[in-house]
Amino acid sequence: MTKAKPRFSRKLLAIPYGLFLAVFVVIPLFIIIYYAFTDDAGKFTFEYVRVFFNESGKGFWGFFTSYNFKTIMQSLFISLMSTVICLLIAYPVAYIIAKCKLKNKSVLLLLFIVPMWVNFVLRINALKELFVWIGIYNKSDTWNIVNTIIGMVYDFLPFMILPIYTTIIKIDKSYLEAAKDLGATPARAFIKVTLPLSKAGIMSGVSMVFLPSMTNYVVSNYLTFRNVKIIGKLIDDYFTGDLWHDGSFIALVLLLFMFLVTWLTGGFSPDEQTDTRGTSLW
Amino acid sequence: MVKVKSILKWAFIGLILLFIYFPIIFLTINSFNASDMIQSGWMGFSWEHYAYFFNFENEPLRVVLQTILLALIVAFLSTVLGTVGAIGIFYSKKRASGMLSAVNRIPVINAEVVTAISFALFVSFFSIDKSTYVPLVLGQMILCTPFVVLSVIPKLRQMDNNLYEAALDLGASPAKALFTVIIPQILPGIIAGFLLSVTLSLDDYVIAAYTKPDSFKTISTHIYGLDKNNVIGPQIKAAYWAFTAIIFFIIVAVVIAANVLSYKNARSKKK
Repeated sequence: MTKAKPRFSRKLLAIPYGLFLAVFVVIPLFIIIYYAFTDDAGKFTFEYVRVFFNESGKGFWGFFTSYNFKTIMQSLFISLMSTVICLLIAYPVAYIIAKCKLKNKSVLLLLFIVPMWVNFVLRINALKELFVWIGIYNKSDTWNIVNTIIGMVYDFLPFMILPIYTTIIKIDKSYLEAAKDLGATPARAFIKVTLPLSKAGIMSGVSMVFLPSMTNYVVSNYLTFRNVKIIGKLIDDYFTGDLWHDGSFIALVLLLFMFLVTWLTGGFSPDEQTDTRGTSLW
Repeated sequence: MVKVKSILKWAFIGLILLFIYFPIIFLTINSFNASDMIQSGWMGFSWEHYAYFFNFENEPLRVVLQTILLALIVAFLSTVLGTVGAIGIFYSKKRASGMLSAVNRIPVINAEVVTAISFALFVSFFSIDKSTYVPLVLGQMILCTPFVVLSVIPKLRQMDNNLYEAALDLGASPAKALFTVIIPQILPGIIAGFLLSVTLSLDDYVIAAYTKPDSFKTISTHIYGLDKNNVIGPQIKAAYWAFTAIIFFIIVAVVIAANVLSYKNARSKKK
C-alpha cells in the first residue's frame, strides 16, 4: 500500500512557536540595537554611545567618575554580594537536605520553595514593613545598600537552593564510598567529589541570582525609598524619561553582558540544563 | 561530637527558615492589628483589614481577581503554544532544534527589564494599542512560554517513541496519535509548565508595567504604585497585608497536606 500523502511530520509543530520566538523575542532585540545606534530622525549615529561614556562631559576618563559608572559599580557590588551570600546559605541548606536521613526530604525542600507562591512584590513589601518596624528602613546610605542586598537574597535564595539540591541528590553514592575506601577523609571526599560534581548546580544557581540582582529594581527601589540605583533602574529611568535611545544603549550593554555570563557559566550547552526555577518540583 | 554537629546543622536550617518566614509571619500578625501603620505598634485585634479586603467596592479584591484571571489566560495560551512548540522542537533536525532551544533560552536568562523594554519598543514601533490587552498578554507569554518548553522537553525525552509509530501503524491519524499517545505521557510536564506560568505571571511586575493598559492594575503594579506615590491612604496597603496572610495560610495548609500525604504513602508502602 502506497500512501498518497506523506506522513504528517511532527517537526511542523515547531513552526508556530518558532515564529513566535522570531517575531516577539528576536525582532525586539534588533529593535534595541536599532534604537541604540539611531537618532530621533532614524539616522545612524554613535551619539548615544558617546553620551553614555561621556555623560559628565569630561572626556573618556571622566566616565570613571560619572553617574552611569557609579551606578554600574554599585550594582555589580550589590549583585556580587547577593550572589555570594546566597551561595553561602544555599549550598549548606541544599547539602543538609540532600544528605539528611528524613524520609520526606521533598517536604523539607518545599518549605524553602513555597514562599515563592506569595507574590514577589507582597514579599518585598513584608520585608519593608519589617525594616520599618526594626528602624533600619532608609536610615542611611549604608543601610540602604545592606537592605537591598538582604532583599535580593530574600527574593532569589530559592533559585540558588533548587539547582544545587538537584545536582547533589543525583550524585552517585558509590563515588563517595570509593573515596572513603581509598582513604579520603570526609572533608577531602567533599572537596574532591561532591563539590566538583555539583558544579553545574552552582553555575545554574549563580546565573539565576547574579543577573536578576543587577536588574531587579523593584527590590532596590522598594526597600530604600528609591535611594539605591542599580542598572535595571538606570534603564527604567531612561525609558520613563522618554530617553529611549540612551536606554536602549545601556540595555544593549546589559544584553551583551548577559550573553557573556551565560556563555561562561555554560548556560547555552543543552546537556547542562539544570532545573532553573524548579520546573521539576511541581 | 556527632550530636553537636547534628544540632548545629538543624539550627542552621531553622535559622534560614526563620529568615524566610519571619517577614511574612510578621505581616500576618499585623494583618490582625487594628492599626494600619506598622510604626504605631499593636493597637488591638481586629478583622478590619479583612473586611476592607473582601469588600468588592474596594480596589484590592478587584485587582487580585483580575490579576488571577490574567495569569490563567496567559498560562493557558503559553501552555498550548509551549507544548506544541516543545513537541516540534524535540522532533526537529538537530540544527533547527538546537537553534530554537537557544532562542528559547533568551527570555529565561535575559534580564526582565531588557525583555520588557525590547518588547515595549516593538509595541510602539508597530504602534500596537496597549488598551487592547494584546501587548500585556503577549509580553507575559514571552516570559512564560520558554518555561513551558523547558518543562515539557524532559518528558518527551523519557517517552517511549515507538508507541507513537505503533499508533500510526495501527491506523490512528497523526492528530489522534498526538492526543491519545503523546499528550498523556507528557502531561506531568504540561501541568508543571502551566503552574509555573501562573506563578510567573502573578509575580511579574516589569513586563506588566511596560505593556499594560494605563487603567489596568495587577497586584504587583498596584502595590508598587502605592509605594511610589505615597498619596493613597495606608488602608489599601493594610488590605494587602490581609491578602498576604491569606496566601500564607493557604501555603501552610498545602505544606501540611503534602506532609500528611507523603507520610501516608510511606506507611502504605511498608504494608
